[in-house]
Amino acid sequence: MANKISDETIEYVGILAKLDLSDEEKEEAKKDMGRMLDYIDMLNELDTSGVEPMSHVFAANNVFRDDVVTNGDDRENILKNAPEQKDGAFKVPRTVE
Amino acid sequence: MERRADVSILEMTAVELGRKIKSREVSVVQATKAALEQIKALEPAVHAYVTVDEEGALKKAEEIQKKIDAGELTGPLAGVPVAIKDNMCTEGMLTTCSSKILYNFVPAYTAEAVRNLEKAGAVILGKTNMDEFAMGSTTETSAFGVTRNPWNPDHVPGGSSGGSCAAVAANECFYALGSDTGGSIRQPSSFCGVTGIKPTYGTVSRYGLIAYGSSLDQIGPIAKDVTDCAAVLETIASYDKKDSTSIPREDCDFTSALVDDVKGMKIGIPRDYFGEGLDKEVKDAILAAAKVLEEKGAIVEEFDLSLVEYAIPAYYVIASAEASSNLSRFDGVKYGLRAKEYEGLHDMYKKSRSEGFGPEVKRRIMLGAFVLSSGYYDAYYLKALRTKALIKKAFDKAFETYDLILGPASPSTAPRLGESLSDPLKMYLGDIYTISVNLAGLPGMTVPCGLDSRGLPIGMQLIGDCFQEKKIIRAGYAFERSRKYQGPAIAADPKAAAAQAQRGALCGNAREWEAAAAAADKRPADVGAGKEVRS
Amino acid sequence: MSKQYETVIGLEVHVELATKTKIFCGCSTEFGGAPNTHTCPVCTGMPGSLPVLNKQVVEYALAVGLATNCGINQYCKFDRKNYFYPDNPQNYQISQLYLPICHDGWVEIETSAGTKKVGIHEIHMEEDAGKLIHDEWEDCSLVDYNRSGVPLIEIVSEPDMRSADEVIAYLEKLRLIIQYLGASDCKLQEGSMRADVNLSVRELGAPQMGTRTEMKNLNSFKAIARAIEGERKRQIELIEEGKKVIQETRRWDDNKENSHAMRSKEDAQDYRYFPDPDLTPVVISDEWIQAVRDRQPELRTEKLARYQKEFSIPLYDAEILTGSKHMADVFEATVALCGRPKEVSNWLMVEAMRLLKEKEQEPDDMAFSPENLAKLIGLVEQGAVTRTVAKTVFEEIFANNVDPEQYVEEKGLKAVSDEGALRRTIEEIVAANPQSVEDYHNGKVKAMGFLVGQTMRAMKGKADPAAVNKIVKELLTGGAN
Repeated sequence: MANKISDETIEYVGILAKLDLSDEEKEEAKKDMGRMLDYIDMLNELDTSGVEPMSHVFAANNVFRDDVVTNGDDRENILKNAPEQKDGAFKVPRTVE
Repeated sequence: MERRADVSILEMTAVELGRKIKSREVSVVQATKAALEQIKALEPAVHAYVTVDEEGALKKAEEIQKKIDAGELTGPLAGVPVAIKDNMCTEGMLTTCSSKILYNFVPAYTAEAVRNLEKAGAVILGKTNMDEFAMGSTTETSAFGVTRNPWNPDHVPGGSSGGSCAAVAANECFYALGSDTGGSIRQPSSFCGVTGIKPTYGTVSRYGLIAYGSSLDQIGPIAKDVTDCAAVLETIASYDKKDSTSIPREDCDFTSALVDDVKGMKIGIPRDYFGEGLDKEVKDAILAAAKVLEEKGAIVEEFDLSLVEYAIPAYYVIASAEASSNLSRFDGVKYGLRAKEYEGLHDMYKKSRSEGFGPEVKRRIMLGAFVLSSGYYDAYYLKALRTKALIKKAFDKAFETYDLILGPASPSTAPRLGESLSDPLKMYLGDIYTISVNLAGLPGMTVPCGLDSRGLPIGMQLIGDCFQEKKIIRAGYAFERSRKYQGPAIAADPKAAAAQAQRGALCGNAREWEAAAAAADKRPADVGAGKEVRS
Repeated sequence: MSKQYETVIGLEVHVELATKTKIFCGCSTEFGGAPNTHTCPVCTGMPGSLPVLNKQVVEYALAVGLATNCGINQYCKFDRKNYFYPDNPQNYQISQLYLPICHDGWVEIETSAGTKKVGIHEIHMEEDAGKLIHDEWEDCSLVDYNRSGVPLIEIVSEPDMRSADEVIAYLEKLRLIIQYLGASDCKLQEGSMRADVNLSVRELGAPQMGTRTEMKNLNSFKAIARAIEGERKRQIELIEEGKKVIQETRRWDDNKENSHAMRSKEDAQDYRYFPDPDLTPVVISDEWIQAVRDRQPELRTEKLARYQKEFSIPLYDAEILTGSKHMADVFEATVALCGRPKEVSNWLMVEAMRLLKEKEQEPDDMAFSPENLAKLIGLVEQGAVTRTVAKTVFEEIFANNVDPEQYVEEKGLKAVSDEGALRRTIEEIVAANPQSVEDYHNGKVKAMGFLVGQTMRAMKGKADPAAVNKIVKELLTGGAN
């Protein structure tokens, strides 16, 4: 495998993606990601110099809304699926500060 | 007597049924009941649905019948029961993306595409199973159990819209909506012997579609034939101000393209699609299909599309990157699963997400986070976007010469259950013919074109230039005229279904988590009960 | 001998735009409201929801960019900034990194040391986060998404400032420009303008920048000045002790007058920005830019010149009047009603400023209507109230925005213009104070003032001082001359 994923990398990606992986899962993830990156490295065979990265396929632009209030109080629906709520707000573990 | 009448209803296409409803030969309730009975009979063997809303569907059927009687609903799909892939939000109805993390999510809004169907008088039967968050090609990554291929229960239905395709094939609905990010409509349509269209990006609103890869996702129809697909696409396509990527189109009268005439149409067959890795039987069936079109007057030529193999790595970079960001909202704060035990905020995030997401979703969001992370963005993400630009250019060039491109939808017919998941990379390689179409935003359609020696369906893919759905619809329709729709045996034979259910029961453990969750948690009992239709 | 240090400061200023709705949905931006009552699927990050850009946000951002001499990226895009926090419902913030709407501008600031240009690196558009309330009774926090999705512009300066004075002058300048454009009310206390301070120190003359820190949670100009001083000292101390300044984000506690690092191991500070696929690019044509230029309201510098020219108001007064957009608006509206610029200027410059100072308020806090000030000026002009009474009436207008005509009527404060009654009162006072009369005749002119004062008191201020003076003098000198 050309791409060797270190323990630190998997740890770091876990922090970024907010995933808690068991040691077994970590080993698995290292292997999977290494293989995928090896495969993705195939793109390096392509000469893309001078090619603009294409995020949108179509040249559509300037899609706007007018500045007009269209929504009213919909709190009941917004909170309906909350795992925990209190006083009309989403309840979460205390955040620092 | 009664049952025979029902079977004859079930065998109708959506448009045929719509016509019979209009002419009062069949009532909406009758059609809905027929579908619900079929669901009861076949679900133990197929498991195409995550949620069946029996009560809601029957109530809706009555309402719609009244509107039809009053002359308020006159469209071709009025009163026709439909199944919706479970990544489209439906107000008041469980919407899970086949993921534990959304096991109890009931949206307060309905996806625009589904709303368009509702306005046309659709009766929603329920929500279909899928690969978790549409990540997978087999429907095996669903947290709520696998869906089986109605043609052979030992095989997968394909994915990620496997539930929708299996439901259509098994006559458990008259048509369905799927979504396609890298082939998720076209590949399972091919595996299940049904017809499916992925429209040009921007044709169907994405509002209410739970995003996987936002720049690639499109909703499309899955049905028994091209006529149905054209009618459904005509109904769901709309310019939606709530979706910034929605495109205003004046040419959405897709049914006008249902013309049995391909004379002079230039069809290109990419030589690069017929190389190593393509199953011989699939290859023969596709070339035979091309021959049919040629005999009908189309000009069929081979050509070199180029860059075909680069689509897969580019796709996995782009889709995973977008997914890693799109799926970060599932965090146990606003909806869905929150872990029972945790210490503090970040632990809550990690535990909820780790419990809530399955292995394939984790794999992709980790890959996505990695390719976007500091130091890798240019090398991976921008490189993939540049590759995408080149792929688009290759298609542009092809469409300078050809009206459409013809090829397979998948290198093989449906694999056996469990065969694909063991090797994710191999599974990804199966998307080779479908993925580039999403990268370039093009419309693509799968039309069934035969069975392999094991009796599994083969699908032909027709790819059009942007906004050229009508060309692929016309070619697909002309091809379809040459053969008769054929469904799997179990669709018309309850005995065969019962036999398959026996085998299906062997993998019933996939539902254990769900049952436990329903028992222990606040998952709506009625919805859960609606789908528990064990034999 | 101690070394000389230079402080290098750059600012990141967030300004809440004065749109009626949020940046990506039709929810109201109105302040207040019970938690989560101004929310919808989009600004709470519900699955399947999609953002659609509010055009007015682009208009305001453009207006600010043009007024701060920025270049405009005529092709700009939104990017996602990925990080997990409960006030950020999607766990990514839609912002602009790669192609922000404005770049490379400047504003000129004046301090006691003279004028200088402060460079603006860029201005970008983004969405605000929700609010976290820390529960008093339980060990938990509550999330309110009413502010989630309120449009912001972030104005990133070059590291061109060297002192707290310059920072304050820069902020004042930005505030005035933005207020005059109507793009925001820019209230620091209410959070509609927020500044993060990037600060480093280096030995005077050193070619390279020192390591900088970013200071957050600065809610007033005073806090900003204290935080700059505090951080400058902290960094110099570290350097003198031979320690290193760490590049980090610090949170200022203005009560304790110190700061602490906001670090967490869960905080990777790797935001994985990438173009938001849910939004299309914004393409700004030359015509659009010209239209925004054409619509640009009179800014402060122009107003300052005009007040001096059109109303013959001295520079100093004009500076105060234009020192707040609201003050200038009140001034102009009142002048339009009563046509007495000098008079209006006096009321605002003297009485209004005095009351603001007393109440520790800002000119932006003035809540009375120009109509009522104009009416008061009219009453004085007609002689219907005396100036003395008018001052107390103004206090009422200032505090409660009363209608002066009604108020004067109700409280019986009308000036006594009946000369007979006034003369009788003065005669009584003169008669009762023979000593004063004598003093006056002995050359003590002040004694007359005493008698005038006594009269005014007796009349409860309602008498016209000119008339009182005239009559007292007549009576003292015993005749019309």
